Amino acid sequence: MIVPFNHVLILAGLLFLMGIFCVVARRSLIMILLGVEVMLNAAAILLVGASLRWQNLDGQAIVLFVFAIAAAEVSVGLALIVWAYRRTGSINPENYNILK
Amino acid sequence: MTIYSIIFYLLAILILVTTGLAISRRDMVHAVVYLIFSFFGSAMLFYLLGAPFLAVLEVIIYAGAIMVLFLFIVMMLKVETAGERLFPLSQWLPAAGCGVVYLVLGLALVAADPGRHSVLITARAEPGAFGQFIFQKHWLSIEIVSLLLLVAVIGALLLARRAKKDPARRGTIEGEL
Repeated sequence: MIVPFNHVLILAGLLFLMGIFCVVARRSLIMILLGVEVMLNAAAILLVGASLRWQNLDGQAIVLFVFAIAAAEVSVGLALIVWAYRRTGSINPENYNILK
Repeated sequence: MTIYSIIFYLLAILILVTTGLAISRRDMVHAVVYLIFSFFGSAMLFYLLGAPFLAVLEVIIYAGAIMVLFLFIVMMLKVETAGERLFPLSQWLPAAGCGVVYLVLGLALVAADPGRHSVLITARAEPGAFGQFIFQKHWLSIEIVSLLLLVAVIGALLLARRAKKDPARRGTIEGEL
């Protein structure tokens, strides 16, 4: 007996909201990418909990693919950030206004 | 209240606190280090919920590889620490309002769930059995994901090289890395 599945849902939901806050409100591209990582981690926690709730290994299999996609996303995202920093000298998305 | 539930609640509080600290730090190195703590907590949670293999992967991939990559980039870029940390509230007030509404709705939905009394029982997916399951039922997805990782590596290399190879744009590059 661990806890009701509800509590895992609430934990994952709060974690996901924290990630969304970080993505929406922070003023730095690196922190925005960190927020995406927090959101992916919340989804992974929920998937593992659901896998235990229904005694089905598919949930854990999906978490494996979430890890791989997070790694791919973060490598391309950080490369993009470095590229943008070289072009503009800033990682504040408000300074990317060449087209304005 | 079993020992498992006590561990779960302690881990949940720890994860939430370290994540909250991570997303509110001004210094990004501190944020990354706090997030490493958060991912260690998640790894222990995975172990508690019966996924020891995923717990190991969480430590290796998330806390190890991804966060160290973040740390490298944070230390590589000369990041301006002065100035506001957050966007002005007026810019994301609608998003915050929608978020609060979704939070309330989600909590109501969780509280009204007909299966809310179903308690998780302890179980464990042995890593060997999990690996066999993965390669028997999801072998095509494994191949696709490995191809995706290859594409990501090539894409990252391409993005990192182009700025150096283009001499006409050199003048606009302010910080050579």
